[in-house]
Amino acid sequence: MIYFQLFWAFFKIGLFTFGGGYAMLPMLQKELVCRGWTDDDELMDYYAIGQVTPGIIAVNVSTFVGYKIKGLPGALCTLFGIVMPSILIISLLAAGLTYIWDLSVVQHAFKGIRLVIPALLLPIIVKMLKKSLVDMGAVLILALAFGANFVLGLSPVWIVIGAGCLGVLFSRIKGKKA
Amino acid sequence: MIYLTLFWEFFKVGLFAVGGGLATIPFLYNLSEKLNWFSVSELTNMIAVSESTPGPLGVNMATYAGIQAGGFWGGVTATFGLVTPSLIVIILICHFLEKFKENKTVQAVFYGLRPAVAGMICIFLAALLSVVFKEIKSPYEIITSSVLFFCYLILVFRFKCHPIFFILLGAVMGGLLG
Repeated sequence: MIYFQLFWAFFKIGLFTFGGGYAMLPMLQKELVCRGWTDDDELMDYYAIGQVTPGIIAVNVSTFVGYKIKGLPGALCTLFGIVMPSILIISLLAAGLTYIWDLSVVQHAFKGIRLVIPALLLPIIVKMLKKSLVDMGAVLILALAFGANFVLGLSPVWIVIGAGCLGVLFSRIKGKKA
Repeated sequence: MIYLTLFWEFFKVGLFAVGGGLATIPFLYNLSEKLNWFSVSELTNMIAVSESTPGPLGVNMATYAGIQAGGFWGGVTATFGLVTPSLIVIILICHFLEKFKENKTVQAVFYGLRPAVAGMICIFLAALLSVVFKEIKSPYEIITSSVLFFCYLILVFRFKCHPIFFILLGAVMGGLLG
């Protein structure tokens, strides 16, 4: 039963994710955190790991959650769940349904969805900032990560690696002071 | 035989594309040059379709490219080729993390990662908003989009509805007003 729940939760997440990666955060939060399968801190850890490990972030995060909850069978369920909507929808499109995507009402609907996603993300960002900014060191890391990505255009891979190193460094400094 | 090649080629994409959907694009260009599965113009079309359909971008593109190369089962094979490295790597990392969860250095790394992830989500939000506002073409749209976005924000913060509800609401409003 849990296997079907895992599959179904990630099927829904795949079906209502537009853009992948962070865009699926509101869905993940609702389906996973609200069920008690994981918490916000763990979700951020999954993203950090998903970003530096090979593969699509959305797939990595899904596999991680499935494996944490029910081992290898769990990971397979979440993996099948997240890719199934893509396989079904893209196959339908390739079978000649592309004209649906060209209809102006469909295009407008997608435009409407793109306006909702930022609104859905905002409460999550507020929550995550509150949780992760535990001291001045964390604030500094946030500022550096933001600057490195936004101003310098540095790849998230390097940002995650750099942030991990800074985390170790700051913890050592704190340890010495204490 | 084509299935084996498809699986292997997309296994490599999954293994070397670090950082999500968009990271797979250079690999797909490479594939289109190396094997005559799809042309560069078909690839551009694939990216456009994958971006507006539900599901993670990278998974959508693998499915689409696989279908172009070997029909429905080609799509399935390519997708599973893409996600297999994720499955293997994530399981290895999970094992490692379970063993070293209490380790001080591992905890210090995650203390550094969380604010960095929060920062990158902020950037993702800014990118999403800039896409939304770049699409706006008339003063009428500026007003409707701003008012709608403000209403969504109030609704999202005020009511804890499922994200699916908001996504469908966005699609309907977009279809009606667009």
